Amino acid sequence: MAEPTALLDVRDLKIGATVYAPGEPPEDITIVHGVSFTLEKGRVLGLIGESGAGKSTIGLASMAYGRGGVRITGGEVYLNGRDILKVGPRGLRRLRSNEVAYVAQSAAASFNPALKLMDQVVEAVLAHGKSGRRAVEARARELFAKLKLPNPDTFGDRYPHQVSGGQLQRAMTAMALACKPDLIVFDEPTTALDVTTQIGVLAAIKDAIRDEGVAALYITHDLAVVAQVSDEIMVLRHGRMVEHGDTRQIIEAPREDYTRALVSVREIEHEAKQPGDAPVLAARKIGAAYSGSLKVLHDVSVEVYPGQTIAVVGESGSGKSTLARVITGLLPPSEGRIEFAGRTLSPALSGRSKDDLRELQMVYQMADVAMNPRQTVAQIIGRPLEFYFGLKGAEKRQRIAELLDEIEMGKGFADRYPAELSGGQKQRVCIARALAAKPKLIICDEVTSALDPLIADGILKLLLDLQKVEGVAYLFITHDLATVKAIADSIAVMHQGKVVRYGPKDQVLSPPFDAYTEMLLASVPEMHLGWLEQAIERTRMKPAGH
Amino acid sequence: MSLRRIPISAWIGIILTLMFVFAAVFAPWVAPFPNTQIVGGVWEPSSSTHLLGTDNLGRDLLSRLIYGARTTILIAALATALSFSLGSILGFTAAVMGGWVDMVLSRFVDMLMAIPTLIFALVVLSVLPSTLVVLVCVMGVLDATRVYRLARAVAVDINVMDYVEAARLRGEGHLWVIFREILPNALTPLVAELGLRFIFQILLLSALSFLGLGIQPPEADWGSMVKENKDGIVFGVGAALLPAAAIALLAISVNLVADWILNRTTDLKGGRGG
Repeated sequence: MAEPTALLDVRDLKIGATVYAPGEPPEDITIVHGVSFTLEKGRVLGLIGESGAGKSTIGLASMAYGRGGVRITGGEVYLNGRDILKVGPRGLRRLRSNEVAYVAQSAAASFNPALKLMDQVVEAVLAHGKSGRRAVEARARELFAKLKLPNPDTFGDRYPHQVSGGQLQRAMTAMALACKPDLIVFDEPTTALDVTTQIGVLAAIKDAIRDEGVAALYITHDLAVVAQVSDEIMVLRHGRMVEHGDTRQIIEAPREDYTRALVSVREIEHEAKQPGDAPVLAARKIGAAYSGSLKVLHDVSVEVYPGQTIAVVGESGSGKSTLARVITGLLPPSEGRIEFAGRTLSPALSGRSKDDLRELQMVYQMADVAMNPRQTVAQIIGRPLEFYFGLKGAEKRQRIAELLDEIEMGKGFADRYPAELSGGQKQRVCIARALAAKPKLIICDEVTSALDPLIADGILKLLLDLQKVEGVAYLFITHDLATVKAIADSIAVMHQGKVVRYGPKDQVLSPPFDAYTEMLLASVPEMHLGWLEQAIERTRMKPAGH
Repeated sequence: MSLRRIPISAWIGIILTLMFVFAAVFAPWVAPFPNTQIVGGVWEPSSSTHLLGTDNLGRDLLSRLIYGARTTILIAALATALSFSLGSILGFTAAVMGGWVDMVLSRFVDMLMAIPTLIFALVVLSVLPSTLVVLVCVMGVLDATRVYRLARAVAVDINVMDYVEAARLRGEGHLWVIFREILPNALTPLVAELGLRFIFQILLLSALSFLGLGIQPPEADWGSMVKENKDGIVFGVGAALLPAAAIALLAISVNLVADWILNRTTDLKGGRGG
């Protein structure tokens, strides 16, 4: 076999794991089926795919590491010309963070909350004994400045809880860079961040990679993000390579159907409807507070019209989920009132009639925990039928079958348990449960944000189709502006507990903008090259702001 | 689930436990002699007629042990059943209702737990007659405090899940939430705990009987048998050690089963999210 010349040369990598399903004999499965690629010095390769595609597993394997139960079963990984799968534990210890470093998805969970940031950033370098503490700290401060962290000279004196999520992610990048590695593996570094924070971190990471001249593997499920930072992209699916090419080629001229589907995701055409006369739901000047004092909603007024969708958009902490809790009655408002279908709703859940409850349904973000794991699909969907309409026996079964057809799953799923369904199917069952009550309004709380883009697309299309058939209105809570563009008729933008912009979709999404909406819109990654530079230029954001 | 996947330790536990239960249920047929009949001399050594020898009054020790298993296991099982029904239902109620219901129940349980169980049981039993019903009630209620705390802790975790919230938003009552949403999901940890609590009940009953407040003579139970024969130890007669060994053996075998169930519970937890 030819002598490897590239920095990282992965040949026919095969990775397996053992699954211990309860009540069944342990089973060996293959996660990665023979993936090969090379990475030259200073280049960035984006690994992209949906969950379970094996992208993180491959990323970790290029440091010769496997998470619990994961084994590298075949192939070679050459880093700087030697096979790191054969160097043994001592060799690996020398290698890791000297030649290859790792940036994890959740920086908040990766830092030790009891140690100052500086101690953690320099720890690995000192452990390798490459240079003295003073020199390493100077290097760290230099990196803090390069990553545009505020007050780089004193930043290291803080504890992890004293800085924001975006700053922690940058500190982690500094930690990876501190040893001057040749390769950094970024594992979804911005996925857990808000869009407005993500853009700054992304820009900082991109600049740092370029200035330091390191090579990087950038793992993400968001093609628009990876297009901004990488030179090449490899698309993975079910542990196999789908397509590997230049970033421009992947984005502008994808060869495979699957890649094309990924690129064109969220391009649902949806003509916004005009508001009708009588709203089905009207929240009037809602104020709400947790535990009496902490006020999280101020003077919020929104209206939803029958058969239409209002999207409530905002970052985490903007109060959008609290608004849902107020409307459903889980959190009685401190001020204001809610009108629903022409009547004023009781502020607390206990004061609402069965019809109030039936006509106002909710679909949750995490379908996993929104369904009782010990009930079958038929029991889950059947309960509202029985509870609200008194359906029993054959009649109930008939209706369950109809509902399963409506969510495009078929009655074969009736006797399955939630654990036997995929993420998208779970969310569909939750939608069916809401529909079973024949509601006038469904509150959708981030229903697609835990799903892979293609699956999420399917759910959004289903919701739109159902709206046409059933005439149900949606209050759609999301942080994802692409989703909003796809399905909303009107939009309410929330920021720090206030509605900062509200109106029909076209009006909200066209200038003149207020400052916050403009920043939010500019932060949404777009699927073309050079978006990041343009966005930074346009908004002149201070990346240190968050 | 196939029988092959049950580990060997669990098999030992299951077989021994079943033997104890079998002996207890069919005591009159299994035991060679009647329970209270004097059939030989005092503290005879083991022989072909009396496999384990005789006790301080000349009764057959093996027969007493078998009849003792009957009383001990019956009372412990009834007390465990009572403590579990009471403890888990009250624990779930406290978790689901919250507020002052939780406060009143939890503080009452704290109060009961503040008094050492054995001493509390001794005080109550010295006032009330030591009948089967009174014993089961006292032991059941005192042990329910432990079950209550476990059930409440488990239910509080489940209570914040979205599916419970979904049930509330649907307008379901507390009974539905407790028995349909929470109970099925809390069952596995509770069942694992059941084995341990059963053993503690046996130990408590034996201690009470040893102190003379549990099962009254001439009925046999393991604790009172230790008491009756304890003086023999001075003369080198090991009759008191046999019921003690029976207690230990049953405790170990039930624990082996409980451990295995506990392991399976952890498996289920891992698989629940997936």
